[in-house]
Amino acid sequence: MSVLVYTESDRGKLKKVALEATSYANAVAALLGTTVTAISINGGDVTELGTYGASKVLQVTNSSLEKFNAKAFADVIKQAAEKESAKVVILTSSANSKYLAPLLAVNLNASLATNVVSVPESVSPFNVKSTVFTNKAFAFTELHKEIKIIELAKNTYGLKENQTSVSSEVYEPHLEDGDFAIQVQSVDRATDKVTIADAEIVVSAGRGLKGPENWGMIEDLAKVLGAATACSKPVSDMGWRPHGEHVGQTGKPVASNLYIAIGISGAIQHLAGINSSKVKVVINNDPEAPFFKAADYGIVGDAFEIVPKLTEKLKEFKANNA
Amino acid sequence: MKILVCISHVPDTTSKINFTDNNTKLDANGVQFVINPNDEFGLTRAMWFKEKQGATVHVVNVGGSETEPTLRKALAIGADEAIRVNATPTDGLFVAKQLAKVMQDGAYDLVIAGRESIDYNGGMVPGMLAALTNANFVNTCIQIEVDGNNVIAIREIDGGKETLKTTLPLVIGGQKGLVEESDLRIPNMRGIMQARQKPLNIVEAITASNEMQTLSFEKPAPKGAIKMVDAENIDELINLLHNEAKVI
Repeated sequence: MSVLVYTESDRGKLKKVALEATSYANAVAALLGTTVTAISINGGDVTELGTYGASKVLQVTNSSLEKFNAKAFADVIKQAAEKESAKVVILTSSANSKYLAPLLAVNLNASLATNVVSVPESVSPFNVKSTVFTNKAFAFTELHKEIKIIELAKNTYGLKENQTSVSSEVYEPHLEDGDFAIQVQSVDRATDKVTIADAEIVVSAGRGLKGPENWGMIEDLAKVLGAATACSKPVSDMGWRPHGEHVGQTGKPVASNLYIAIGISGAIQHLAGINSSKVKVVINNDPEAPFFKAADYGIVGDAFEIVPKLTEKLKEFKANNA
Repeated sequence: MKILVCISHVPDTTSKINFTDNNTKLDANGVQFVINPNDEFGLTRAMWFKEKQGATVHVVNVGGSETEPTLRKALAIGADEAIRVNATPTDGLFVAKQLAKVMQDGAYDLVIAGRESIDYNGGMVPGMLAALTNANFVNTCIQIEVDGNNVIAIREIDGGKETLKTTLPLVIGGQKGLVEESDLRIPNMRGIMQARQKPLNIVEAITASNEMQTLSFEKPAPKGAIKMVDAENIDELINLLHNEAKVI
């Protein structure tokens, strides 16, 4: 009857979103009067899950699951849910979790709620709050099926410690050839950069930068802040920056703590993709740029003067607050 | 190759979103409806398969008669036939079950859907459709090549991309990258005239229970006013981000 949480890892290390999902699972379990079991696939050291409220971890170590495979991973989570008789399964909103969630929902005959932003409003009936219309509204939805899967929107619940004594169990699910009908041929990933999905801070720039040769100062600012770099759609369409950096409605969504937009006017399609970020800073030389209406802090001025200055000041700040 | 492109009929991004009936329904008043952007990239890629590999392209929507102009637009862009499953879409699994029936009846090899619709953002229909029909599934697909029964697809992952090898039948959740924005087609007069003659078949929905039910909607609280900082006073910005917003 426990709440099952799939705690994602990346190359043998638990992801931060997995800890947030565990914190959230702990709150749901409290509402249901039960405990949290985590399922970890090649996750390495999982003791940290106890800090956030997991009392049991099913640990799968299997070389055929080294690369992510949505069908196989969904199969593993399904078997774990059945073993634990879990009625609620918690997932994150990472690209991989979003990929496997609908497969899992069909296999478990479950109701699936995505983009959920808070603990259930009630558990009987089971009602959740989620974002819809690309963050322009919230929906309150009742989940009818006996088993519910909740995809928690990133950076909405946060990390909440609840030190629990955690036991770890080696778990060997049964995998079939059919689970591997899709094979990964290659993975192309920048290993030295913070990804937009995982970043706490995102530094993003637009057409106001005038050309790809001017991105050095954006990268410098991102480096000081430990931030990911992103860009607006025109910038990726013109080939100034790779497509993977495009954030907005048709690009990647951003849900960081801090989003700094430099030389981006703030078209509605752009805002739709970034408005779940908590704090937004805009630097633009046009005081009429629509982004100023959607931001928390703004500076009107020349990015080519302000950004290097901001980077220098932040270096001092970091040195003094280290 | 038979391709089915799933078309969601959604409010244009610039639409103001309001609700009626005690906040239980979208207020369609004054809202311009369009082909879901993620689906439009897929439709354009399907046109490429039609022109280069002789594929047949059908489009499908689960919805009421108000979605027909959107399906006609897809026909004007170049799809051969349209199907409308006559039902009010209630939740992702309901829609996926309707599409599964269409996919099986039409023996489609490749189903191209968008990674999510920009209205309810569920992102679940393509995967559920694949699971229900036992087809292979690639989500956040940004490139696809088909050679006979073999498929090479590229998927966007957090922080990069991944090349996958699989076979038909396949369902993809597509997005920008399948084609570029500049490749999207605006229907021309000839296309619009031809679209009027193309079949738009209405099929009745199969019975499927609701897995979930949206009870009400709510708009976010209005945002507080922006704080402006003087360009000469960068220290003030750092101070605000550190002490007030507590994000650095």
